[in-house]
Amino acid sequence: MMKYLDEFRDPGVATALVGRIRDAASRLDRPVKLMEICGSHTVAIFRTGIKSLLPENITLVSGPGCPVCVTAMDDMDRMIALADPAVGGKSIIATFGDMLRVPGTWTSLESRRAEGADVRVTTTPLDAVQWAREEPGRPVVFLGVGFETTSPTIAASVLRARQSGLDNFTVYPAFKLLPPALTALLEAPDVALDGFLCPGHVSVMLGAAAYRPFASRYGKPCVIAGFEPLDILHGISMLCDMLADNLHEVRNSYGRAVTQQGNTKAMETLMEVFEPCDTPWRGLGIIPGSGLSFRGEFADFDAVRRFGLSSVPVGTEPAGCACGQVLRGNMDPPQCPLFASACTPESPVGSCMVSSEGSCAAWYRYST
Amino acid sequence: MSEERILLSHGAGGRKSSELTRRIFLKYFKDPALLRLDDMALLDMPAGRLSISTDTYTVDPIFFPGGDIGSLAVHGTVNDVAMAGADPIAMSVGFIVEEGLPMSQLERIASSMARAAREAGVRIVTADTKVVTKGAADRIFINTTGFGLVPEGIHISGHLAREGDAVLLSGTVGDHGIAIASAREGIAFRTTVTSDSAPLNGLVRQLVDALGGDVHVLRDPTRGGLATVLVEIASQSGVGIRIRESDIPVRDAVKGACELLGYDPLYLANEGKLVAMVAQGASERALEIMRSHRYGSEAAIIGETVRDNPGKVVLKTAMGGRRLVDKLSGEMLPRIC
Repeated sequence: MMKYLDEFRDPGVATALVGRIRDAASRLDRPVKLMEICGSHTVAIFRTGIKSLLPENITLVSGPGCPVCVTAMDDMDRMIALADPAVGGKSIIATFGDMLRVPGTWTSLESRRAEGADVRVTTTPLDAVQWAREEPGRPVVFLGVGFETTSPTIAASVLRARQSGLDNFTVYPAFKLLPPALTALLEAPDVALDGFLCPGHVSVMLGAAAYRPFASRYGKPCVIAGFEPLDILHGISMLCDMLADNLHEVRNSYGRAVTQQGNTKAMETLMEVFEPCDTPWRGLGIIPGSGLSFRGEFADFDAVRRFGLSSVPVGTEPAGCACGQVLRGNMDPPQCPLFASACTPESPVGSCMVSSEGSCAAWYRYST
Repeated sequence: MSEERILLSHGAGGRKSSELTRRIFLKYFKDPALLRLDDMALLDMPAGRLSISTDTYTVDPIFFPGGDIGSLAVHGTVNDVAMAGADPIAMSVGFIVEEGLPMSQLERIASSMARAAREAGVRIVTADTKVVTKGAADRIFINTTGFGLVPEGIHISGHLAREGDAVLLSGTVGDHGIAIASAREGIAFRTTVTSDSAPLNGLVRQLVDALGGDVHVLRDPTRGGLATVLVEIASQSGVGIRIRESDIPVRDAVKGACELLGYDPLYLANEGKLVAMVAQGASERALEIMRSHRYGSEAAIIGETVRDNPGKVVLKTAMGGRRLVDKLSGEMLPRIC
């Protein structure tokens, strides 16, 4: 295993790639802004100090690709409300770990757990299906956050629950679809981006072809990259080369995992259970067709319907929090008035500071 | 025959308590001060400054590759006391035992503590046991207080790093954290890594004897790992610290496990490593001393203290980039010590 790790982190190759980026940057006689969409890319870029290696006219900004960061306040408040026995009964709330500390308007799942709610952290929705099987008398709700990378597994867990005849398993659908969000970013008047470093994991599902409209219609070069330091440098180098040559294509630097068409089987499973819907994003508002709701025949698995969550009280985003601007790449985290004063990883205000993959948390931890 | 277990009456102070003391503790803890069975231990003390440290051990699992809660409690106590340059002399031990703990496990722990104390040359001079009802504790918790003597003229503290000091690390980081994580994950995730739990007072003694006042800071990077300890020292001493990722020793198995589990070796706990900040001119000699000691054979000079960025730690990454190193935020892996 270490052989493979070291190969993707070879400092000699890194130096060569940085040299190539510098060459391309000197041919570009203007500043360019590249967006890394995915939270895993953001963390890898900060941890390896890649920003400090780039020429001055190449800026990297973080995009809306951390699922926790883009979860709307309404959704947070409704998910947390499930911990209230008057709303969720004796529910077991199953969630990915990062959601635990995200503050809603009034409280968080972590605080609710300390008060006695049964909130369980898991890495797979199949655990939640198992819990539903073990405790048939209790509702089990899985908090469905994530992009195309994770949502197909959650769809599969719904299929499995149906197959097993479980009537106590539901999912809160707060899923996000990536392409509609990129379209919304590019359509927004205040966003100026020159190219996208596209996420490896999501692209395994979506396929490289999904990015074609961004290259052809909006003229933005896209490179799909893996998560090792050399993958990222290679991706940036390909983007700079295309920009210097005035090309706008979709290129795949992660061919070892990503195909043109993606994982069609997984996407079919996803679309068997869910259908696209308009959905709110933290800081970005409602983006058409960017969420997923249960198809009619699966309505019984919808936690929102089952627990009447559309009528529970929800709050608003905290005053002064600039997560929206940060997620659009319009603002660096330190420009937010709350950054590192009112909002820190220990006591986060905005979602970008909570998630370990959020750009504010990464900036706070790693930026010199 | 069913296994003999600890009962509430073993902690009630009566006949059963005496039996436990005799059967387990007096068998292994044979210090004359303790054998008197008074309420306190009486020790003759030479004049000078005392280094005192208290700590509580709750590690889960209580037996792990490379050690157990007993040896860990002794090593942790000895090491904390020694980080002032002191010679550990004596320690106290308090056990909180959950009713139902197999007697054989308590005996294994007591015997392991005695062995660890013997190697470190520290006396266990007073001890206490309480038994609590099932569920009120998790098997066994151990509280200790250690006492050590600081040689005259030696002043070592996290506040005393100076600009231009060399930063040394006595060996690989992350071994203890990964050993615990792999023991906890069971067969689903098994590594060959064992805990580095070890007494460091011998190594400290050699460094201080050879380098005296040139040793400015000693600190053992336990919970929070190397990163957290360096940030604490930078902030206490008001200096900047620059370290190089490629010079920090990390075992391949630890690196691999970190990739799989999503941990950063810089934040993993160590129980047998120390960080030293020494005057630049003494750095090579300090490295030589560490490397010739059994608990420092993989020591390295990993960086230096600087004027820039006071209170902060900056890492030069293996890729050649620069980034800030922050303290551990939140709990990466609970109950590691």
